[in-house]
Amino acid sequence: MSLKVEIELTLNGATARASVPAHWSALTALRQTFDLAGAKLACGEGECGSCTVIVDGESVNSCLMPAVDLNGRTVRTVEGLWTDDGVDPVQRAFIEKGAVQCGFCTPGMIMQARYLLDRNSDITDAEIRRGLEGNVCRCTGYTKIVDAVITAARAAA
Amino acid sequence: MSETASQAVPRIEAYYAPTSLEEAVEQIAAGDVAIVAGGTDLMVTANGALRRIKRGLMNIRHVPGLDGIAETGGRIRIGALATMTDILESDLLRAKAPILPATADRFASVQIRNAASVGGNIANASPAADMVIPLLCLDAEVELASWKDGAVSTRTLPITDYFTGPGKSKREAGELITAVEFDAQGAGGHAAFFKTGPRPALEIAIVSMGFMARIDGGTLSDIRIAFGAVAPTPIRAPETEKLLDGQTLDDDLIARALESADTEIKPIDDVRGTAWYRRRLARVYLEEELRNVLEG
Ligand SMILES: Cc1cc2nc3c(=O)[nH]c(=O)nc-3n(C[C@H](O)[C@H](O)[C@H](O)COP(=O)(O)OP(=O)(O)OC[C@H]3O[C@@H](n4cnc5c(N)ncnc54)[C@H](O)[C@@H]3O)c2cc1C
Ligand code: FES
Ligand code: FES
Repeated sequence: MSLKVEIELTLNGATARASVPAHWSALTALRQTFDLAGAKLACGEGECGSCTVIVDGESVNSCLMPAVDLNGRTVRTVEGLWTDDGVDPVQRAFIEKGAVQCGFCTPGMIMQARYLLDRNSDITDAEIRRGLEGNVCRCTGYTKIVDAVITAARAAA
Repeated sequence: MSETASQAVPRIEAYYAPTSLEEAVEQIAAGDVAIVAGGTDLMVTANGALRRIKRGLMNIRHVPGLDGIAETGGRIRIGALATMTDILESDLLRAKAPILPATADRFASVQIRNAASVGGNIANASPAADMVIPLLCLDAEVELASWKDGAVSTRTLPITDYFTGPGKSKREAGELITAVEFDAQGAGGHAAFFKTGPRPALEIAIVSMGFMARIDGGTLSDIRIAFGAVAPTPIRAPETEKLLDGQTLDDDLIARALESADTEIKPIDDVRGTAWYRRRLARVYLEEELRNVLEG
C-alpha cells in the first residue's frame, strides 16, 4: 500500500480533513473521500476539462493535481456554487439555454465558465470561446454552451 | 482506467513538502524522490506516471523563492514555479521580453496554463517544449541547486547548452531547477512565436519557431531563431542568424535564409508528422516571419 498523507483544506467554504493515498489525484480524493461526484474523470490526461475545479482562485484539471497538494488550499467545486439564493447565474443560464445534454462535461464547463467570469467582468465573446478551449463536450456542438456563458456574462455586467 | 488505480498500486513510501531550499535539495540528494510542481506532465494518465515512483514524492510548491518574475539590474529572473498564466499576464515580460507571453498564449488550455510551471517544462526536456523556444532566443541561463558538502550549491547553465537529447539534459539527478534568468530586452525589438498542431488549443507542437531581431532602417541585427520539434532537442539556428545579421531583407536573402535553416534542422517522422512536413512548416514559418519584418 501507498503511504497515506493527512490533508486539511477549505472545501466549498468549510474546513475538510482527510487522509489520502500519496499517489491519488485531487479528483479521486474529491470523488471518493469527500463524496463530491460533480467533477468527472473522462480522459485523466488534462485534455477534456471535465474534472475542472477552482483551487486558490485558479481553474485546474483536478485529474492532474496530486491529492496531497490539496493541503492548505481553498477549493471550489460545482457543488459549492449552490447558495441560499439558489443556483449560480452560470448554472441558471445553462438550464435556460438548454446547454446540457448528457451532462458529463457540464460541471467542468460550469466551473471553467465561473472562473472566466470571476476573472474578467468585462469578458468578450471571443475571450469566452478561447477560455473554454480546454473543455470538451461530445454532445452539444458547443453553440448552446457558449450562448449560456455569454448570457451569464451579460446578465452579470 | 480505474479511479482507484487497482491494477498496480504504486508504493510511495514517503511524501515531502519541504518549506526551505536546504530541506528540498538535501532530501533530493538522499535519493529516490520524484519532484512534482504543477503535475501536468507527471500526473498524466491518471496517476500512471506515479506508479513508477519507487519511494518518495516531493511537492516543491512550498519552497520559498521558487516563484515570481522580477527584474534586478537589467536581468529578469523567472522562478521555476512560475506558471504559464503568470508569464502570460506579466506586465514586466510584456514590456521587456514579449516573446515569453506570446508563447504562453499558445500553450495548452487555461486550466493547464494555471498549473504548468516553467521549471517543469524545462525539466521534462521534450524536443517540443514550448517555453524552451523563447528562452533559447533570450539566451537564458538555467539555475540549478543541489546539496554539496552539507550546504546548498548552485550553478547556472546556458539553456543553449542544456539539452542533450529527447528527455535528456545536463541536469544531474540531485539537482533542482530554481529559476531561469536572461537580459531584459530594450524597446524596439521584434519578437514572434509560431506553433502548429492538429487541435488549436491543446497541441504538442509539430513544429514551433521563435524569432527575435532588431530592425534599424531595414537592417537586421541581434537575430535569434529557435526551432522546436525538428531535432532531438529544441535548437537555435546559428548559421541562419549569421547569414541575416547586418543585412537588409529582400527576396533573395529570404530565399537563402530558408535554404540555410533547412540545413540546420534534423526532423524525423513520428506520429505527429513526417520529416517532410516538418521541413515544410519550418520554411513556411520562417518565410512568413521574414516577410512580416520586410513589410514592417
Ligand atoms: C493537456 C496537456 C497539454 C499540454 N500542452 C503543452 C503545450 O502546449 N506546450 C508544452 O510545452 N507543454 C505542454 N504540456 C506539457 C506540460 O504541461 C508542460 O511540460 C509543463 O510545463 C510541465 O510543468 P509542471 O509544473 O506541470 O511539471 P510536473 O508535471 O510537475 O513535472 C514535470 C517533470 O519535471 C520535473 N520537475 C518539475 N519541476 C522541477 C524543478 N523545479 N526542478 C527539477 N525537476 C522538476 C518533475 O519531476 C517531472 O519529471 C501539456 C500537458 C498536458 C497534460
Ligand atoms: S479528466 Fe481531467 S482533463 Fe479530462
Ligand atoms: S453534454 Fe454530453 S459531453 Fe457535454
